[in-house]
Amino acid sequence: MSTLTTSSTTSSSTADTNTGLNDSVTIPVNHDMKSMFLKKFEQLGSLHFVITLLFISTLYVTVCNLAFAEGSFLHVSDYTVSLFGKYLCYALLALAVDLVWGYCGILSLGHGAFFALGGYAMGMYLMRQIGDRGVYGNPDLPDFMVFLNWTEMPWYWAGSDSVLWMVAMVFIGPGVLAYVFGTLAFRSRVSGVYLSIMTQAVTYALMLAFFRNEMGFGGNNGLTDFKEILGFSLQSPTTKLALFVATAVALAIGYLVSHYIVNSKMGRVVTAIRDAESRVRFVGFKPEHYKLWIYVVSAMLAGVAGALYVPQVGIINPGEFSPLNSIEMVVWVAIGGRGTLYGAVIGAILVSYAKTRFTAIMPEAWLFALGGLFVLVTLFLPKGISGLLPNIFANKNKQQPLSANAEVKS
Amino acid sequence: MIVDKSGSPLLANENIKPDTRHGVILYVEDVSVSFDGFKALNDLNLYINDGELRCLIGANGAGKTTLMDVITGKTRPDTGTVNFGQQVDLLKLSEAEIARAGIGRKFQKPTVFEALSVFENIELSLTGDKGILTSLFHKLTGEQKDRIGEILYTIGLVAECHYPAGRLSHGQKQWLEIGMLLAADPRVLLVDEPVAGMTGQETERTAELLTSLAGKHSVVVVEHDMAFVRSIARTVTVLHQGSVLAEGSMSEIQANPDVIQVYLGEE
Repeated sequence: MSTLTTSSTTSSSTADTNTGLNDSVTIPVNHDMKSMFLKKFEQLGSLHFVITLLFISTLYVTVCNLAFAEGSFLHVSDYTVSLFGKYLCYALLALAVDLVWGYCGILSLGHGAFFALGGYAMGMYLMRQIGDRGVYGNPDLPDFMVFLNWTEMPWYWAGSDSVLWMVAMVFIGPGVLAYVFGTLAFRSRVSGVYLSIMTQAVTYALMLAFFRNEMGFGGNNGLTDFKEILGFSLQSPTTKLALFVATAVALAIGYLVSHYIVNSKMGRVVTAIRDAESRVRFVGFKPEHYKLWIYVVSAMLAGVAGALYVPQVGIINPGEFSPLNSIEMVVWVAIGGRGTLYGAVIGAILVSYAKTRFTAIMPEAWLFALGGLFVLVTLFLPKGISGLLPNIFANKNKQQPLSANAEVKS
Repeated sequence: MIVDKSGSPLLANENIKPDTRHGVILYVEDVSVSFDGFKALNDLNLYINDGELRCLIGANGAGKTTLMDVITGKTRPDTGTVNFGQQVDLLKLSEAEIARAGIGRKFQKPTVFEALSVFENIELSLTGDKGILTSLFHKLTGEQKDRIGEILYTIGLVAECHYPAGRLSHGQKQWLEIGMLLAADPRVLLVDEPVAGMTGQETERTAELLTSLAGKHSVVVVEHDMAFVRSIARTVTVLHQGSVLAEGSMSEIQANPDVIQVYLGEE
């Protein structure tokens, strides 16, 4: 076989153990150039490309927002900056969904819960920063507590005025929920559609709980009317821009972390669990541990996305727990292409952008458009938008026949 | 945790060494399993010698697959004992622990990790620490790469090593799966219907592969294809209604009147 090129880099199999067959066999590294190229693209190309693109667009938005005056052709308005910040939060959230769904095969329809919990952790901190500038002017209690005639803060609000505590809670809140739920669900080997329904039930239950005033998270109205973050006014354009840049940085870090995970041996185990869980168990891994771990990491990423989202939109309320939101996240990933990290990012940004435009033109048609898009992508682009590029190469690749093993022996 | 018969714990991550001083690697004694009143296994006794190639045959419902399930920990027997060597009680171990202890199983339907390459399939199956943190920071050593190359050579998939396993033919998937078992360096290989759906040439190669593995490993093959069994078997065990009907060489089995009546007679 002509493509059976000798290479010493990957591995030379030991011929001495195979007596009777005197040819030395080496693993052909360059055997399938195109699939190798694709693999490299998936592994490295996409990483550099995404990070560079993210950096350039962040820089572009920053410069155009600061350097060009309003009315200039190149000016990016403060509104647009916040909007982009929101999209980047969604992109981070989509990464989280993709990690568990695209790579591990766990279709979570409740990632909105982790997003919202991260958001509430940030919201509590922002509430405490209002101080005595609230409507009731109470220096100790947030407005909604005064309104409910509470005289003191519930115990779980303790520490919420500290930044460090807030940052910790952004990770711990979603992480603990994912850990508890995941331990119970994965240990009893619940999977497939039943697991999806349970995740949906969890976020729905949390929504109902957070709607109650007695929960102490602002009930129906949630937490809002924020004034400042880390001492900077949330109304100032500079703060908005800083939040946007912070979100871009968080997305970049989230992308790097996810990239490292999915390309490590751990990522291969997780992918293997998606394809043949029982085999993974027989090989000697404990799939429930791996699922739990990836689920918790994903929940924390979603929590960070929620925490960055809240100061940019100025409100967090129980609506974020709504099952519909969680389903929308899954649609982003499906449209972008699950099983590729950049696909999730593309999907989240494109669909959110479409939503912004659509809801401005004809709001009532948006859900139909989203549903239609989902159906079309499922039918014609099963690998989503990110599947388009490899498909072009893969079609050419199919011409190349699979080599018969007889050729190796000869 | 892996516990030996006396209850003292052995190291869980170490490939435990079964005591085979009596030449027997697998003791299945008085095992009964019933599903809703149906006795899938009925006081079954089976001894597999170290390094032998054993074929299990029997009609549908004779208990072949249930027996595999019991040995690998998927099904727990109602009564009886299953020992690995003389001292390791398999009934106390989980499926993953049994796999780590050195009993590998090939399923009826080939199950490989379709999205991963052939190379990666073998990589995941190698012995070693299977914990999460180790996996996260794992780098392949040269020794491990050599081992993977060796296995790829044995199963004849060197040229396909970078293909996604999903693109392999049915026969190649079966071989890959056997390769994955080999990577775990098992003492016992349980192989469930390896040649179902294979072409004649593929069947021949599989027979060669399995006979070449015996000696280093103990191989237990469950198969319906009598021609295949005849071509590889040294010792054949016939199961019938959950217990052993006959045991011996292929010619002894073929001459056995009981066997002729219940199984071979149907041929």
